[in-house]
Amino acid sequence: MTMPSPNDNTKRLLFKKMLLIRHFEQKIAELYPEQEIRTPVHLCVGQEAVAAGVCAHLRPADLIFSTHRNHGHCLAKGMSVKKMLAEFYGKESGCCGGKGGSMHPCAPEHGILGTSAIVGGGIPMAVGAAWAEQMRNGDNIAVAFFGDGATEEGTFHESLNFAALKNIPVVFICENNLYATASPIRHRQPAAGSIAAKAKGYGLPGELINGNDVIEVYQRVGEAVERARRGQGPTLIEAETFRWFAHVGPVDDTETGHRSADELARWKNKCPIRRMRDHLTIENILKSEDEKNWSIEFDINFAGALTFAKESVPPTKELLTTHVFA
Amino acid sequence: MPWTTPSINISYASKNSKGIRELSYREAICEAQRQLMSTDSRIFLMGEGIDDAGGVFGTTLGLADEFGCERVVDTPIAENGMTGVAIGAAINGMRPVFIHMRPDFVIISLDQLLNHAAKWFYMSGGQVSVPLTIRCVIGRGWGSAAQHSQNIQGLLTHLPGIKVLMPATAQDAKGLLIAAARDPNPVVILEHRWLFDKTGHVPEELYETPVGRANICRYGSDVTIVATSIMVHEAMLAAEVLAADGYDPEIIDLRSIKPWDENCIAASVQKTGRLVVADTGHQYGGVAAEIAARITELCFSALKTPVRRITLPEAPVPAAASLENIYFPGQLEIIAAVKDVSGG
Repeated sequence: MTMPSPNDNTKRLLFKKMLLIRHFEQKIAELYPEQEIRTPVHLCVGQEAVAAGVCAHLRPADLIFSTHRNHGHCLAKGMSVKKMLAEFYGKESGCCGGKGGSMHPCAPEHGILGTSAIVGGGIPMAVGAAWAEQMRNGDNIAVAFFGDGATEEGTFHESLNFAALKNIPVVFICENNLYATASPIRHRQPAAGSIAAKAKGYGLPGELINGNDVIEVYQRVGEAVERARRGQGPTLIEAETFRWFAHVGPVDDTETGHRSADELARWKNKCPIRRMRDHLTIENILKSEDEKNWSIEFDINFAGALTFAKESVPPTKELLTTHVFA
Repeated sequence: MPWTTPSINISYASKNSKGIRELSYREAICEAQRQLMSTDSRIFLMGEGIDDAGGVFGTTLGLADEFGCERVVDTPIAENGMTGVAIGAAINGMRPVFIHMRPDFVIISLDQLLNHAAKWFYMSGGQVSVPLTIRCVIGRGWGSAAQHSQNIQGLLTHLPGIKVLMPATAQDAKGLLIAAARDPNPVVILEHRWLFDKTGHVPEELYETPVGRANICRYGSDVTIVATSIMVHEAMLAAEVLAADGYDPEIIDLRSIKPWDENCIAASVQKTGRLVVADTGHQYGGVAAEIAARITELCFSALKTPVRRITLPEAPVPAAASLENIYFPGQLEIIAAVKDVSGG
């Protein structure tokens, strides 16, 4: 069963969501050299289509478990720019009260029950959270986002095994950006295999999709989300994509020799935003002033959030040892 | 199996409470789980082989029949992944009790336990806590050796965010398990297999033994012995011998390893002026080291002699009986230490 192509309004929303994520990440990249954001930032420019396409199917009560590269997922799930930015600036008004930083955002009201920055760490938690839904006969689902490196971790395999065994309503989304920090996947995984194919051993559907095509992401993930919601069990989706910045920080790692300039240029040609813009233009879905208006909207919203973040107070000494135990 | 047979048999539980019966440590654990699951639909048990014929040394017997395999869940052999699954269920409204038959298997799960459960509440700025209970059966003997009979309380207490409990009596085995299951934080309970047949007087109702409170099991005047788990029983045996020789030790069952009752121990040491700490774990950076250091800080002027620690040797657990017999300290080491700190 293939989910039909999204309608025009959905397409516009998907595009706008990708633009929001890119706008946020580019602003972070611009601000980072000021050294007021004192937390490692793992930017997701180039990978926006996965976050936007997946989260478009999720309800506020559905849960997502992300990674160190989480900004896009959180924004797509509805996280407030203000609270995220305040967290990056180490403020008490941040989404973790200044105790999490960029790698551990938390917003229970948006289905974000915390974020692990240990590779593969959030995958079993997504399974457990979805298992809890199943035990309560609820119809909320959980999504585990992770990178290609996580599929080398035991937790990935343990999670797929258990989720398949118990038919747990979870969707596994692997953003395969071909690198774990600077190690190419060809150094880490056998060439004859694929990440999507690993699902087969657990009796699960495993699909390889174009992670830079937001419409494809939307359609294929939509099927997986519906399967999970209907009690038909988990799905593994491998979305091929590429990050434009280095593993961490607003750095071009082709200049540092970690990746090749040619490879980055090839992937920039496959920009998920440009691809969608072209599609919407051809289909006459995008009005000429849309993007400009949205850009102004993002600028205003971000400027307000930045003022809030910069003017908020940092957590004080007495908070150092609070929240160790509930 | 021979290694489940305890070699000690003493009972010192008070018999003055009402509504109490004589139950074994294992029966007390089983009863706690039955009562918890009957009264709280969020609580469920999970672990490798917990519904099998042995029932985790008898501590889960009958529960799978009573509550079904959806609440007494036999799990894949995936300690770390399943700990992550348990955390996920815990942060989303459930109260899992994850049972391990050996402490060594908990070590496999330390990524999820220490990198995740221990800091989730803190990292989330106090928004999401992890009400997870880990039950772990510890033990020794019959050549269980280096990967099946380690003591991990020192390892688990080093990083902030995990509570660790070690019940020494049937009464506390039940009360601490109930307290753990109701605690909004991750709690590890280390249950000593050699205590499973020991009986004590256990109240019928659902009650909590307070976490962080020690229990004075023998009042004395001239030396304080703080003991954990099976070492409490060794200390009680030692006390009989010591009393005959004219010593009057005060014996404190620590029960709660983290948080621990420093006030209770400090008050005792203020009175006795001497401290012997008998832990089932290793010395370096361990529980006995922490108690010794902290009590020295708090009670330096009251101490008449340096604090003595009775712990495991600096070696993995050996298999051969000849080595095993000298590896695990017991009442003889406690007697010697008390005489030593008492100047003779």
